[in-house]
Amino acid sequence: MAFTNAVREYYQKDLDALRGAGIFKVERFIHSAQAADIEVEFPAGSEAKKVINMCANNYLGLSSHPEVIKAAHTGLDARGYGMSSVRFICGTQDIHKQLERRMTEFLGTEDTILFPSCMDANAGVFEAILDDSDVMISDRLVHASIVDGIRLCKAQRDTFKHCNMEHLEEKLKLHSDKRLMVVITDGVFSMDGDTAPLDKMVSLCEQYGAMLFVDDSHSTGFIGKTGRGTHEKYGVVGKIDIITTTFGKALGGASGGCVSGRREIVELCRQKARPYLFSNTIAPVVVSGVLRVLDLLSQGTGLRDKLEKNAAYWRKGLTEAGFVLKNGDTPIVPVMLFNAKLAQDFSRDLFDEGIYAIGFFFPVVPKGQARIRTQLSAAHETHHLDKALAAFIKVGKKYGILGRTKEEIAAMYGL
Amino acid sequence: MEMTEDIRAAVLKYVKAEYLEDDDQEINCDTALISGGIVDSFSMVSLKRFLENKYKIQIPDDKATPEAFDSVNKITALVESFAGGKV
Repeated sequence: MAFTNAVREYYQKDLDALRGAGIFKVERFIHSAQAADIEVEFPAGSEAKKVINMCANNYLGLSSHPEVIKAAHTGLDARGYGMSSVRFICGTQDIHKQLERRMTEFLGTEDTILFPSCMDANAGVFEAILDDSDVMISDRLVHASIVDGIRLCKAQRDTFKHCNMEHLEEKLKLHSDKRLMVVITDGVFSMDGDTAPLDKMVSLCEQYGAMLFVDDSHSTGFIGKTGRGTHEKYGVVGKIDIITTTFGKALGGASGGCVSGRREIVELCRQKARPYLFSNTIAPVVVSGVLRVLDLLSQGTGLRDKLEKNAAYWRKGLTEAGFVLKNGDTPIVPVMLFNAKLAQDFSRDLFDEGIYAIGFFFPVVPKGQARIRTQLSAAHETHHLDKALAAFIKVGKKYGILGRTKEEIAAMYGL
Repeated sequence: MEMTEDIRAAVLKYVKAEYLEDDDQEINCDTALISGGIVDSFSMVSLKRFLENKYKIQIPDDKATPEAFDSVNKITALVESFAGGKV
């Protein structure tokens, strides 16, 4: 069928509906490498403006680290640009296997399989290991990629209230007649910045005979004493059956992900997971960069320690200034504004002040919980955070929200 | 035989206990549950199972739609339609 005017109008109405609902996403063009200081063209066509980046997943500041760039160059020269094949035909190099071994060692698991992205890992893993005799019980705030993975799997589905262990236990009792049960959670929840209580979850899973799945994308490299992830923070290394994580955030920030965990599960993914079977794996240049990242992380905890210090400094500054924050101790610090328009206006005003931080609102977060999500990086220096804090305070004063409670802000702007 | 009011009260009680967090706002029998973002499609499964167990009915998947589950009043009507008005 041709792309007729009627078809075009149909899609234009769809796009207009998104614009009308205020949820049309507009991209900002960055004219520099990813870093704490970036140059952003926004709106499109305007001159690029120097701003402090407070919204990247560049937690360890390694996205443009000279050692990582050098390793990527070396990898490019030694192993070429592309594989032009999926893994099981002729798309596996020695460095892919090396990275799988290194991740197994880093995460303290039995085995690891690379995926083109963590989105692909989450989309492929459930279908590969479960069928309709089984059940997946997920936290209600898990990442969208997990939701997609669950949708692609024939196993039965249920959910439990966010981080609510009593509710999870009810669900484990309810589904105890199923062949296999998998409890599914994020390690760090990306919108709220809180962590899943993995020690309690491991205990419950052991008590009721369930497997535990953790997406640690917003944790790997910096959560826990040596940055292994949420399982290290809660003292349950070796007890998580399935961990998925990404190389697109703290571990260099380029792309790629993996499933790491029980040997049989990893092997089943290698045999059956469709995003693994039918897509090229991570490009050699990226693999080489990630291997160097793992070298850097094994040399010491300086970067994750600096990130932790930055997050504590930032959280303290915002709290003392009178902002309402979501509780937590991770580098994701949501500044709660509750009203969607206020979050958008606040973000725009911050940009004018030289601070790049994005507003999030329904449907990305629940209605009435709009926010500016700020994310810290080891690349931030104190002067970055002080300038950003001054801008937040200036804009906060403009809208009269400093020192106000949720109820007071809601009364001023609505939910 | 349960009256409409009894079914409505039981469904409302279940929805509040199962889906609302402590800081959520109150809901009534007309509050949009699914289109309003209170209940997601995965979580609907437990609601369906609750209704089938409590009222000894079978709700086919093609009738357990987000539209039919979108408010306590709509759910009550659905239950009554499968129970022939007698629960």
